[in-house]
Amino acid sequence: MKKILSGNEAVARGVYEASVHFASAYPGTPSTEILQNISTYKHIYAEWAPNEKVALETAIGASIAGGRSFAAMKHVGVNVAADPLFTFAYTGVTGGCVLVTADEPGMHSSQNEQDNRNYAKFAKIPMLEPSNSQESKDMIIDAYELSEKYDSVILFRMTTRVCHSKSLVELGERKEVELIPYKKNFGKYVAIPAIGRKLRHKVEERMNILKEYSEKSKWNYEIDNNSKIGVISSGIAFEYANEAFGDTVSYLKLGFTNPLPANLISDFCDKHEKVYIIEENDPYIEEFAKILGKNVIGKELFPYSGEMTPDVIRRAALSENYKGVELNEDLFVGRPPTFCTGCPHRGFFYELGKKRKKIIVAGDIGCYSLAVGEPYDMMDTLICMGASFSSGHGMQKIMEMKEEDDRRIVTVMGDSTFFHTGINSLINTVYNKGNTINVILDNRITGMTGQQDNPGTGLNLAQETSTIMDIEGIVRAIGIKNIRRVNPNDLQETKDAINWALDLQESSVIITDWPCKLKKRYNDEDFARYDKMWQTKDKVIEDLCTGCKACLRSGCASLIFDPGTKKVSINPNTCVGCDVCLQICPYDAIVKDDKYV
Amino acid sequence: MSKSIKVVGVGGQGTILLAKILTTVFVEAGYDVKMSEIHGMSQRGGSVSSEIRYGNKVYSPVIEKGDASILVSLEQMEAARNVDYLKKDGVLIVNDYKIHSMVTLNGKIPYPDNILEDLSNRVKTYVIDGTNKAVELGLDKVMNIIMLGALSKVIDLDNLKWEDAIRENVKPQYIDINLKAFKIGLNEVK
Repeated sequence: MKKILSGNEAVARGVYEASVHFASAYPGTPSTEILQNISTYKHIYAEWAPNEKVALETAIGASIAGGRSFAAMKHVGVNVAADPLFTFAYTGVTGGCVLVTADEPGMHSSQNEQDNRNYAKFAKIPMLEPSNSQESKDMIIDAYELSEKYDSVILFRMTTRVCHSKSLVELGERKEVELIPYKKNFGKYVAIPAIGRKLRHKVEERMNILKEYSEKSKWNYEIDNNSKIGVISSGIAFEYANEAFGDTVSYLKLGFTNPLPANLISDFCDKHEKVYIIEENDPYIEEFAKILGKNVIGKELFPYSGEMTPDVIRRAALSENYKGVELNEDLFVGRPPTFCTGCPHRGFFYELGKKRKKIIVAGDIGCYSLAVGEPYDMMDTLICMGASFSSGHGMQKIMEMKEEDDRRIVTVMGDSTFFHTGINSLINTVYNKGNTINVILDNRITGMTGQQDNPGTGLNLAQETSTIMDIEGIVRAIGIKNIRRVNPNDLQETKDAINWALDLQESSVIITDWPCKLKKRYNDEDFARYDKMWQTKDKVIEDLCTGCKACLRSGCASLIFDPGTKKVSINPNTCVGCDVCLQICPYDAIVKDDKYV
Repeated sequence: MSKSIKVVGVGGQGTILLAKILTTVFVEAGYDVKMSEIHGMSQRGGSVSSEIRYGNKVYSPVIEKGDASILVSLEQMEAARNVDYLKKDGVLIVNDYKIHSMVTLNGKIPYPDNILEDLSNRVKTYVIDGTNKAVELGLDKVMNIIMLGALSKVIDLDNLKWEDAIRENVKPQYIDINLKAFKIGLNEVK
């Protein structure tokens, strides 16, 4: 039976067919839907981890105990999980283990464009690279065979377009795999130096054996179109190359890419007058071919960054120019994403914005990073998950050395980021007598990646009730003495808390406590604080509106300023009655619309 | 030979469902199909797009600029932003509706008022009164299916089972209204 599946859905199907026993992940675009789809198969035990390191470590444990295990993360997540990965590369596996890295050429939703194929080489582990959904499913199944046969975790490298594009997949049958009985194996799994030194040689032997496997792997093959020109490619770039060149060139398609097949590449290069290496991001295959002494064409012709889409290939290799309809740039302006109408982050950033001149804001990864844009302009830094508390602490220490500059550092992160790596950072601030104002924007969900549950939501991946991690209790236990919890939709309460924190000369935590508008997870306390939640709408009394635009500083997409009448109106189709603009209006021109009360 | 259709709009307008039904239709008719979309910002008011490619054999899931035969835009300005995906002889189907962006909302830059005029002078264009027709029908959300109806007329292949694909992809209680919306769209293209 054939079904149209995204690469992420296909991986989940492959995990099911391969009889995997344990799966874990932390959400991150473009990998998030893999675990979400895995959780729809009842045969697989699956769980969200608070971060990628924990996800991989639980998968390592599951493998050691005798189960087939799986972990998935976005490319930058592998940085977080790199510590266990590099030693797991030494120990090898009991049950097969696969780690998916979902890379982002073109950085659609990421802070960098790192090419994680380098991790396979760096950690000395085998790697598979699918080009489409069918390969995503088939390669995952094969990855478990390879993992168990060659005693190694497998790095499974996907990219945004492989993860998120859909294509037809022939489904297979699930093959039951039994759990392996546990036997203590000190010489394999206790990586003390004496054992590590032995394992180091084992890794080298394994990679030498895999060099031979790579030459005959079914995932590495030639497509001979009887051409003088050859193309060597892997992943989605192979599909793009096919689109651009069709059958005018011959191909060496590489799917098993660490270690690379030296003889296959060498013979292919020798057979063709001209060889292009078409790969996204780093010259991973190209450098290997050049070390073999082959005269191939790679990054000197093709861009080092972004997606290697067919038009990019055509322009670079075939000097073809654009032939379509011309763009008229006067006809459109930017449409950046913004906080949803009713988003609890809006009220907080509106109030924080008033302190712009007195503060520096260390940002973090999550929906609240949208506060970088108009009209908030409320981020000075954004580095990685959990970095706002710690980078903010470092900034504060330096600012305190500057006599002429007394700006305070405000750090912001969400609930999921706090559980991810923010707790460690806050411990550091307290331990080292920091003086930062730390804000936890608790919307009770992992918002940006599509509203996944996390340790603070009270539900696990299987939607079973679980212990709710009490953020305030954790903050108090760490040793923060100054804690305030506010409703960010209440501007006075929010403003008071910010002023209170700025007046203190020691570190504080403000928790903004209101659920994500999209997920609508409200408790009784919320309903008590907010009568008829989201059932009302706000409206503008036109006669009272002076056109001062104060309300527009809330950044709400439901507010429309008419340059003709110089009045604001509220779109009743999108307004959810959060009342933030109503509290801002200095002329009381915004009121509850009694049609909806 | 493969053909490409690009569907664009603003987060929340229903481009993903439209693309899903379109994908189903081509799969059921036995074509090789690839569909691609970039999500992440879809619910936060940003520009969104889906790309569908079909034919005997499809390699790239991504449409090249200048290679789409049809561009369906659920919003005016998004049509202008993406028109360079169309071939010179391609067809634009655009919903006659404006959604402000953060940039035009505060009145600093006006929303361009000559989009449809400019585009229809240069490209074969069908302007569909989708949002108003959907509101008249009683559910503004079915605008995307009205646009799908118009698209089906432009594609004009009789091996495609549109109504089956709609039934397969919408909730049972919304099947009737979506089928009505589809017919309205179909009749909008003469």
